[in-house]
Amino acid sequence: MQSRFASGKPEKKGVPLSSFTNYSLARSLNTRGDMSRLIATRRLASNFFVSKLATRTFCNDAPAKLSTVPHSSQSNKELEDEQGFTNDVPQYDIAIVGGGMVGMALACSIASMPLTKQLSIAIIDSNPALTNGSSIKKDDPPDPRVSTVTPATISLFKGIGAWQYVEQHRHAYFDRMQVWDYTGFGYTRYNARDADKDVLGCVVENKVLHKSLLSCLQNKDFKKTIYPTRLLSMSLPTRSSVSAAGASQSSTSTKSLANLAKLELSDGTNLYAKLVVGADGSKSHVRELAGIKTTGWNYSQSAVICTVEHPAENFCAWQRFLPAGPIALLPIGDNFSNIVWTMSPKEASNHKIMNEDDFVKAVNHALDFGYGPHPESWVFGGNVLSSFFRPDVTSSANEGFELPPKVVKLASQRMAFPLSLMHANQYTSKRVVLIGDAAHTVHPLAGQGVNMGYGDVASLSNVIADGVAVGSDIGEVTLLKKYEADRKTANIAMMAVLDGFQKAYSVDFGPLNILRAAAFNGANVFAPLKKNIISYASGERRLPFLS
Amino acid sequence: MFHTMFSRSLYQLQKLSRRNDLSLHNSSTKFKHAVLAAFQPILHTRPYANNPQPAASASSVDQAELAKFAAIAESWWDAEGPFKPLHVMNPTRLTFIRSTLCRHFGKDPFSARPFEGLKFIDVGCGGGILSEPLARMGASVTGIDAVEKNIKIAQVHADLDPVASSIEYRCTTAENLVEEQMKFDAVLALEVIEHVANPAGFCKSLSALTVPNGATIVSTINRSMRAYATAIIAAEYILHWLPKGTHQWSSFLTPEELVLTLQRASISVEEMAGFAYDPLTGQWSLTDDIGVNFIAFGIKKQ
Repeated sequence: MQSRFASGKPEKKGVPLSSFTNYSLARSLNTRGDMSRLIATRRLASNFFVSKLATRTFCNDAPAKLSTVPHSSQSNKELEDEQGFTNDVPQYDIAIVGGGMVGMALACSIASMPLTKQLSIAIIDSNPALTNGSSIKKDDPPDPRVSTVTPATISLFKGIGAWQYVEQHRHAYFDRMQVWDYTGFGYTRYNARDADKDVLGCVVENKVLHKSLLSCLQNKDFKKTIYPTRLLSMSLPTRSSVSAAGASQSSTSTKSLANLAKLELSDGTNLYAKLVVGADGSKSHVRELAGIKTTGWNYSQSAVICTVEHPAENFCAWQRFLPAGPIALLPIGDNFSNIVWTMSPKEASNHKIMNEDDFVKAVNHALDFGYGPHPESWVFGGNVLSSFFRPDVTSSANEGFELPPKVVKLASQRMAFPLSLMHANQYTSKRVVLIGDAAHTVHPLAGQGVNMGYGDVASLSNVIADGVAVGSDIGEVTLLKKYEADRKTANIAMMAVLDGFQKAYSVDFGPLNILRAAAFNGANVFAPLKKNIISYASGERRLPFLS
Repeated sequence: MFHTMFSRSLYQLQKLSRRNDLSLHNSSTKFKHAVLAAFQPILHTRPYANNPQPAASASSVDQAELAKFAAIAESWWDAEGPFKPLHVMNPTRLTFIRSTLCRHFGKDPFSARPFEGLKFIDVGCGGGILSEPLARMGASVTGIDAVEKNIKIAQVHADLDPVASSIEYRCTTAENLVEEQMKFDAVLALEVIEHVANPAGFCKSLSALTVPNGATIVSTINRSMRAYATAIIAAEYILHWLPKGTHQWSSFLTPEELVLTLQRASISVEEMAGFAYDPLTGQWSLTDDIGVNFIAFGIKKQ
């Protein structure tokens, strides 16, 4: 309890500490037969309990008074505990509210780490896809809801063993990206080679990601229960309730319930959990019930999303900033691409209902000459700049501006939804933690939203594993604060970058346009900057430009 | 000199415990008393057992008494409360304990309960902040503390968790258990030896409690200038992490002294690590630097 101000020495003392937190190493040591060991463990624990009672009776300590229940009924209760039930109320280590992509990823991640796979998990979600076991057909038209997963997310999926299922379905890696704007002043081309990578990311339909995680979880030997229902209410332990329980003369198992979170579900079931994870999206009920406030604003913009078809396959991600917001064209495999087009809500509803041919024309117009000319790098002296920075000139800087492939057909229904930014003021309170959109909702620009959620998953599961390693109570705030400290900075930085982009493009003003173009050209020709941007967008670096 | 100091603090402590108005709900000074009590856990040369029991005896526990300790336990265990520094440092100590003991006892470091089947004793357990995690890691734990109040806090809190409720808490001293010929696979005395009047005798007791080839883990504060600046000036006077007077610089042990003392008690120290505090992240980590806080792992000779 003494402070020693950091000396900057490496924190190592012949102790393989880092190996506890090393995700992949920990995973590689998965052993079978842990279930049986676990059962043995629990039996032992209850034996200890009985022997403890015996010792307590001769040890004339005050606390011996606390256990007034006769031995036999105590050990019966312990036997019930073995199955995770006390007085017919199920008890879990972790209750995940929301079995969407992020919630399922957390369940898979916990199930795949040796230190955490003995934890019991309840998943609460009324989505029938979780229980009906439907499969995705290869020939189904692509769903308009897609995610651009970054290399960091891909490695999370590989680590938990879900990526193999993704690869069985439609997905599209892309190694190039072109970003330009309507003023014709600047453009940037990113190539995976600039950052010594194979790919910049992969576009996958959300239903594929979700199904892959579900298959992955089903094939794991893991204690999980899916409740196909909704959360009604949640009561969290408070200081007074815990003190009251501690002071009561009731049995240990009744007391321990007072220290847990209690969830009431809409089908009348009650359950207890050491940790409740709110993975229930931007309108999170868990967040509301935990009394966690949020900060945010609406953008008075809407996004129109849909799938379109090209004559040939597309391998590049395209994004063009238009006066009303960006339009993005993302490859999703076969000859399909996904469109995320941000515009005013009124325009969005127009584009949603206009006839298909007109919509295709509007898309092609927006990706070509619409709203302004094609950018020419010489406009901003790009050649002068690139010759000036010759040693640093990146390979892709020499690639000229390209036009995205033409869209020939609409391949799905069009959906429109309003855009907003929201950030939870805290990610955690006692026995509650928020992940994914429940903690932060962003502008869909650059497809970072879901990646931030997967970043939360990787961080939270590591924090839980570290907690289990040192025998912490996994619902303890001190432990959960580590997750918050880890993710809050990263998420806020990403949100600020995305919000800044949005703001920079919501103004059509001459000097600002030139500044933007300068930024684009600078990013295009200056290699270290470009490398930084790619690493940041790939989820591998926390803050850009501070390498 | 140490004896007089300790007698005085013991006296104060007893006076404190005798007072029956320990309603610790909102008075910060009273929290400090609780802190003080927790940090004065063992008085080696004057075992409490020989003194009249300062706190209420077991037979007189009533509902109000129990409620009082339940309230203290809540604040003791409140991660944001007066014991916050201890809560923040705890995982770091446990990381060292886990890694050294897993290696020594040949246990799987990736198991959630690696200490299954081993008997541990936490000497100077306080409110049970070390005992509970050890129990969750599978060990069969005995927690002892000379301060009755600490034992009650620990017991009330352990009863809130079925796993932790397997811990056996006793208000006694290490040498009483030596007399009872108790033996443990691992003996842990963290942040205790600097409060002990006779460290050599204390180490002998720890050794006597350890089975041959068992493990002993001791942590304390180095008697260095840096320790004076950080553990006393900063922690007690500037940051107010601890009540003033919690630590006496002169009773700290240097790593060399600790190794020698343990050596004479037939425990050979195999590994040592220091704790470093990062004020930016507010987290502790293990380091090679044993200049201030340090922890030692030793093996009892056959």
